[in-house]
Amino acid sequence: MTGQQIRRIVLEQAMRAHVGHIGSALSVADLLAVLYGRVLRAEHPADPERDRFVLSKGHAALALYAALQLRGWLSAEELNRYGGDHTLLGVHPEWQLPGVDFATGSLGQGVALAAGAALAARLQHSPRRAFALVSDGECNEGSLWETVMFAAHQKLANLIVLVDLNGQQAFGYTDEVLSLTPMAPRWQAFGWDVHEVDGHHEQALAETIATLDTRTGPPHVLLARTVFGKGVSYMESQIKWHYWPMSESEYAQALAEIGALS
Amino acid sequence: MRAAFVRTLMALAAQDPRIMLLAGDLGYMALEPFRDQFPGRFINVGVAEQNMVGVATGLADAGFIPFVYSIAPFAALRPYEFIRNGPIQHQLPVRIVGMGGGFEYGTNGLSHYGLEDLGVMRIQPGITVIAPADHQQAETALRASWHLPGPIYYRLGKDDKTVVPGLDGRFSLDTLECVGEGPHLLMITTGSIASEAAAAAQALAAQGVPGTLLVAATLRPAPCEELAGWLARFAAVMTVEAHYREGGLGSLVAEVIAERGLRCRLVRCGVGAVLDGLSGSQSYLHQKYGLAREALVARALQTVRAQPA
Repeated sequence: MTGQQIRRIVLEQAMRAHVGHIGSALSVADLLAVLYGRVLRAEHPADPERDRFVLSKGHAALALYAALQLRGWLSAEELNRYGGDHTLLGVHPEWQLPGVDFATGSLGQGVALAAGAALAARLQHSPRRAFALVSDGECNEGSLWETVMFAAHQKLANLIVLVDLNGQQAFGYTDEVLSLTPMAPRWQAFGWDVHEVDGHHEQALAETIATLDTRTGPPHVLLARTVFGKGVSYMESQIKWHYWPMSESEYAQALAEIGALS
Repeated sequence: MRAAFVRTLMALAAQDPRIMLLAGDLGYMALEPFRDQFPGRFINVGVAEQNMVGVATGLADAGFIPFVYSIAPFAALRPYEFIRNGPIQHQLPVRIVGMGGGFEYGTNGLSHYGLEDLGVMRIQPGITVIAPADHQQAETALRASWHLPGPIYYRLGKDDKTVVPGLDGRFSLDTLECVGEGPHLLMITTGSIASEAAAAAQALAAQGVPGTLLVAATLRPAPCEELAGWLARFAAVMTVEAHYREGGLGSLVAEVIAERGLRCRLVRCGVGAVLDGLSGSQSYLHQKYGLAREALVARALQTVRAQPA
């Protein structure tokens, strides 16, 4: 599974359903490819001993659906119901869809769910890990920092948070809306094990995650530097593409740029 | 009810290792026995109610039955969206315990009053809402409900002495408990204000105007059929709740009357606006807002006399 494969599905489905949130989904494509392709341990979607994953930035659900399909947990037929009527594949993920551990959509809640999952694993003497993927804009939410405090205090070594640090949020650039710069010292001050990584370098991401001590010590955060809209030149770092759907010509150009036409 | 809750929860926890207790830095001089007997199953999560509910959701998803504890507004209102998107949406057995309710934290002011907790909880599908009338009923209610599959909101009072005469701790889900019958008026109450309603009912009987008093401890799922049966037998009903008049028990009764087209006049005894900044003891506030027994008697007599002969 690669990020480019996820991008292709994201573009195809966003075009077919005429839905936005494309830039956010492209931003996390490589992170999800690493998680679903190499990191998350699970025999099947209902495996009780599977690692848990929370897409706390639920608006990137299309990239998650793409990863689920590439993992073999979601059929192409089901995927084609994305954004339609009477579908579990909405713009934000629903837990009733096999492969989705928790429904999300309201920002600042998913890390608490993952912390509960991590705490449960420890209490049950299980090696399960819990992952949460948050956006940088989501770090505006005070509730997220409640959990950041809690997880460090409880030494939830099996909790791994990935921050999609693309520098953008719905209505502007994060440094202009509500600055979180510098991000790393904030997490360090709360007692987390902090790793600054390139969120588009799949091999480096996988290697970093493999080095984490998930049995003892503090919880882990990967501050993943990403480019909003990564792979499609006219979307990259453009606020418009938080919500905007593509035209036919924009779609053709996007496919060409991610190499889907070659 | 607080001591009864802790005592009962400890008995249940001794039998079922899934039970956990999370506190939002409240419960001093109340939760210590649980903490001391089950140290690995008690967490003071700090003053962070949103995280408390989120963590409880993750625990419940993995098979635990977490109870989260705080004062009613901090348990119900602060993390409300977490409750909605967490245990309600995922249908997980998180138990939200709102201590106090009404004016039980009287001198602490509006921030500590629980005046809309029942209302905001009972509009959510998929949650059970329980407000016991006294400590005996609290114990029975907890024993009858702790194992239910979905989330539960418990509004519990602090009083571990007062009992509602005739209730004898009776509780079952989906039913009303009748604690006295008389023909002149139907009275329905919920939560710890039930003892005031019971005293008012006794005073009315002593004045030759006996009414019927029902305790509605489960507000969701509401016992609508049984409620409609009672309402059909009376010309007037008076609801008594330590809650805003809107949204709680009185609104529930109004819905049943309206939807069934019943000819029963409704008088809602509840709290109007609490915006003047004046606080005091619980009994002072009950008097101020027309919930003390004398005011309830006067309102009941007025209601009975207003009925056509």
